[in-house]
Amino acid sequence: MIEKKVDIAVIGAGPGGLAAAVSAKESGADVLLIERNPFLGGILIQCIHDGFGLHLFDKNYTGPEYAEEMVNRLENAGVPYLTNCMVIDLNEKKELTVVTSKGLMKLIAKAVILAMGCRERTRGALEIPGTRPAGIYTAGVAQNLVNIQNLRIGNDVVILGSGDVGLIMARRLKIEGLNVIRVIEILPYCSGLVRNRVQCLEDYGIPLTLSSTVIDIHGKDRLEAVTMAKVDRDFNVDHDTTEKIDCDTLLLSVGLIPENELSKKAGVNLDNRTSGALVDNFYETSTEGIFSCGNVLHIHDVADYASNEGFFVGEKAAEYAKGKWKHSGGKPVKIGNGISYVVPQYIRNDCNEVELKFRVTQPFENVRIIVKNGDDVVFKKRVLKVIPSEMNILKLKSIDPEKDVEVKIVIIDKNIN
Amino acid sequence: MAQERKIICILCPNCCELDVSYEGKEILSIENDRCPRGLEYASEELFNPARTLITTVPIKSRNWKTVSVRTTKPVPKSRIFDVYDEVKKIRLRAPINRGDIIIENVLGFGADVIATRTVKE
Ligand SMILES: Cc1cc2nc3c(=O)[nH]c(=O)nc-3n(C[C@H](O)[C@H](O)[C@H](O)COP(=O)(O)OP(=O)(O)OC[C@H]3O[C@@H](n4cnc5c(N)ncnc54)[C@H](O)[C@@H]3O)c2cc1C
Ligand code: SF4
Repeated sequence: MIEKKVDIAVIGAGPGGLAAAVSAKESGADVLLIERNPFLGGILIQCIHDGFGLHLFDKNYTGPEYAEEMVNRLENAGVPYLTNCMVIDLNEKKELTVVTSKGLMKLIAKAVILAMGCRERTRGALEIPGTRPAGIYTAGVAQNLVNIQNLRIGNDVVILGSGDVGLIMARRLKIEGLNVIRVIEILPYCSGLVRNRVQCLEDYGIPLTLSSTVIDIHGKDRLEAVTMAKVDRDFNVDHDTTEKIDCDTLLLSVGLIPENELSKKAGVNLDNRTSGALVDNFYETSTEGIFSCGNVLHIHDVADYASNEGFFVGEKAAEYAKGKWKHSGGKPVKIGNGISYVVPQYIRNDCNEVELKFRVTQPFENVRIIVKNGDDVVFKKRVLKVIPSEMNILKLKSIDPEKDVEVKIVIIDKNIN
Repeated sequence: MAQERKIICILCPNCCELDVSYEGKEILSIENDRCPRGLEYASEELFNPARTLITTVPIKSRNWKTVSVRTTKPVPKSRIFDVYDEVKKIRLRAPINRGDIIIENVLGFGADVIATRTVKE
């Protein structure tokens, strides 16, 4: 087996991994970036729509354009990379096993940055009874087949789930001349961004049916129809409201989930709220010297946030590799009312400045976001609208890391205001 | 006669649900706009709606089957599918560089169709 040593190994070349590799290299570390695809850029390559880079580049790029900008930065920084190479094993000692065209390679790193992205959820959808005919795809797989493989995936399409990928695909298939019949969402609200709901569905007159789901699938070889029904607040199906919809294609857009198989092999502890690693505010996981960023850590709604996280993590990993600081663990951030998760989950005891990223459990209107540090309120902001599909970021400038930090939502009492 | 329309401004995450009343090509009143850009957006949406077309074009290449393309500027929303038909007449051959013009001034709308990905071979 070929053996090689580096300061920092970065696994995955999406925006998170590209940014991490660039900043680690610019911080003076010797870096190797490893990607299983034949190309760099990750999921962005198949996201041919625009809306990328508004924060980071102040431009409205398509996914492939954004990827090329990031790859240019990588090449300018002179970061070595491998494509068509897959990391199949990783341990606590930061030894990686990589499948390359020349056989297996053992890579020994001082620090590892996990940037493997996410996969699509199929669970929930799999609970649908009925047959398993052809014509059922996850939205991301459909995106790849249409945008990269140049295939026509069907004629009459129903989309289950109103996540952003599903909304984007509704418009994409409509433009390619397919009949997109409707999008069905189990929640009482659209789970994707408002911008996507407006530009992908309303623009093209594609109906969105809320509080409903698919309860049956029909067809033997190819999908012929689905049965839709209403659900109540607790997601119990109301069998009196069924409607059969003829269609030959069903897309599932029921969420993304961090891809942490490798992380687990290295003993990295995961957060059951995010399905990503538990990290401190340097994005170091529970395994010393292993860092995480991008969608493998928690699902990001915009690529810029994944890139920014990568830039930060690259610098921290380089500092670690040079021995500038030690593994700490830190104090857990408390999750208060209305908050579904916070990243980082821990705050190091040597830091007074910290950036918190979080999502809310449900849509709220006219509320305050409050952060307490011990008994002190260290952040307070009134917001008119906050929804689970949009990640919130806030910066705390001078906290006492010895005291608890808690994030919560407080409903503003209209009578008092 | 004055007409009413609900328009969701999508220029920022506030996504204000604008209630607009208009007559002919004039906006009479606007409500629920949290900033002046709302009015600008509403008048564009009412009198001049335009969208960027994004799709793919087949390419002869060793590694890729498609090149992604876009219009450099939004084109009239009602003519999106006409622009699409023009784009789909094109067949490309590698190499193509990101930014290469595939169709100049498509249908005279003042927008070019450009490649958004580089395909070297
Ligand atoms: C369909 C879709 C639409 C989106 N639309 C938008 C949008 O309009 N605007 C916006 O700003 N953001 C959008 N996003 C979000 C944005 O694309 C993501 O947040 C971003 O790509 C996440 O970057 P990442 O680097 O974490 O992961 P990815 O881009 O997924 O990259 C992970 C990489 O790791 C590689 N990898 C995984 N495991 C291994 C392994 N074992 N060995 C080697 N390599 C490995 C994968 O091949 C992949 O290339 C969208 C996302 C999706 C899925
Ligand atoms: S009107 Fe102003 S505040 Fe409201 S969504 Fe548009 S840009 Fe944002």
